[in-house]
Amino acid sequence: MIASLAARHSWFEATARARVAGLLDPGSFSEILPPAESSPSPHLALLDLPGAFDDGVVVCYGQLEKKPIFAIAQEGQFMGGSVGEIHGAKIVGMLRRAVKEKPAAVLFLIDSGGVRLHEANAGLIAISEIMRAVLDVRAAGVPVIALVGGSCGAFGGMGIVAKLCSAILISEEGRLALSGPEVIETVAGVEEFDSKDRALVWRVTGGKHRYLMGDCAMLVDDDIAAFRSGAAEFLAGWSEPAPSVAHLRAGQQALENRLAAYASYRDGLQVWAALGIAEPESVPLLDRDALVALKEGLPT
Amino acid sequence: METLEFRFNSKPVPRVADPALCGVVGSGNLEILVKPGIEPEACRVRIKTSARGFGETWRAVLDSFASSHPAGGTVIAINDMGATPAVVTLRLAQALAEYQGGAL
Repeated sequence: MIASLAARHSWFEATARARVAGLLDPGSFSEILPPAESSPSPHLALLDLPGAFDDGVVVCYGQLEKKPIFAIAQEGQFMGGSVGEIHGAKIVGMLRRAVKEKPAAVLFLIDSGGVRLHEANAGLIAISEIMRAVLDVRAAGVPVIALVGGSCGAFGGMGIVAKLCSAILISEEGRLALSGPEVIETVAGVEEFDSKDRALVWRVTGGKHRYLMGDCAMLVDDDIAAFRSGAAEFLAGWSEPAPSVAHLRAGQQALENRLAAYASYRDGLQVWAALGIAEPESVPLLDRDALVALKEGLPT
Repeated sequence: METLEFRFNSKPVPRVADPALCGVVGSGNLEILVKPGIEPEACRVRIKTSARGFGETWRAVLDSFASSHPAGGTVIAINDMGATPAVVTLRLAQALAEYQGGAL
């Protein structure tokens, strides 16, 4: 147990650069606009805040098991992985390039609370451009895989972007939602949602819950190697479907059914019981393999 | 934010590789970018820091570093979010090791 933990390289703890270096085949990483060639956000400078050379995102190409891959990695430690103008432009540029060059996939390492509020409209526009660009890449037949397991999760506009991707791979530590816990508490009060209750936050937005609900295609351990093998395994069995109205309608119907079934619940525990899990309170303690086995045994 | 610039005499670094980056602009942390400069016996440092009023502390930490490590022939750019002197020294050593090819 301890030996296996010692061999792990936590995705959650790693920087964006360490994640992407461990995800791609060794030596294949090639960065576009590396820190020495780019400049920090002018908006942050106007607000008297220090920027980062890469504006908090690494865009690169490389290989995953010898297949050509584009990767985008957000740095959650810099301003919560937030999307500013340069940050967004780098992501959009990489996605548009994917439409032209058609790599085997785009891996999107999301670790972000959403729009960088300091950059206001520029950040909002950037998010909407990212959404459009993700859909363009998928329409060109190139899968976009979101990998979520960083400290900032995928919230706000980046929560929407994650759901626009072909699939999401998540770890137990990862989180996915629209409004973040603090935002909900600020707007609707602590009776609505207690953002300081970490266990509750994870029962409602965390990786295990998202996987049980079918929002994420795969649950992986908090380990860079597990994300790498998970992404390779997912891509081997995936071909990007052509967009269709029937598919969208089915998705809409599934969401309506979900709202009708679960909207009155206050906690993941209630949802898991309704899913048919006999001992919902045991879910937070299960390891990854046990949880995947539990999900596979559930009635569909 | 405060912008600080310093120049220190330092022995030339034995090997010059690609620009090297280490660290992240996160709370209590900083990022350091090391690039080749034009003066082989000097190290130029430009710092943007969120913490105002620590110019003399920066000077002391960097002076000590430049005299104990060969850092000549480099230009170092730093974006700082309130790193302590110990973290600054550690990251400088890390960045310079990367600049020389990786071994710390």
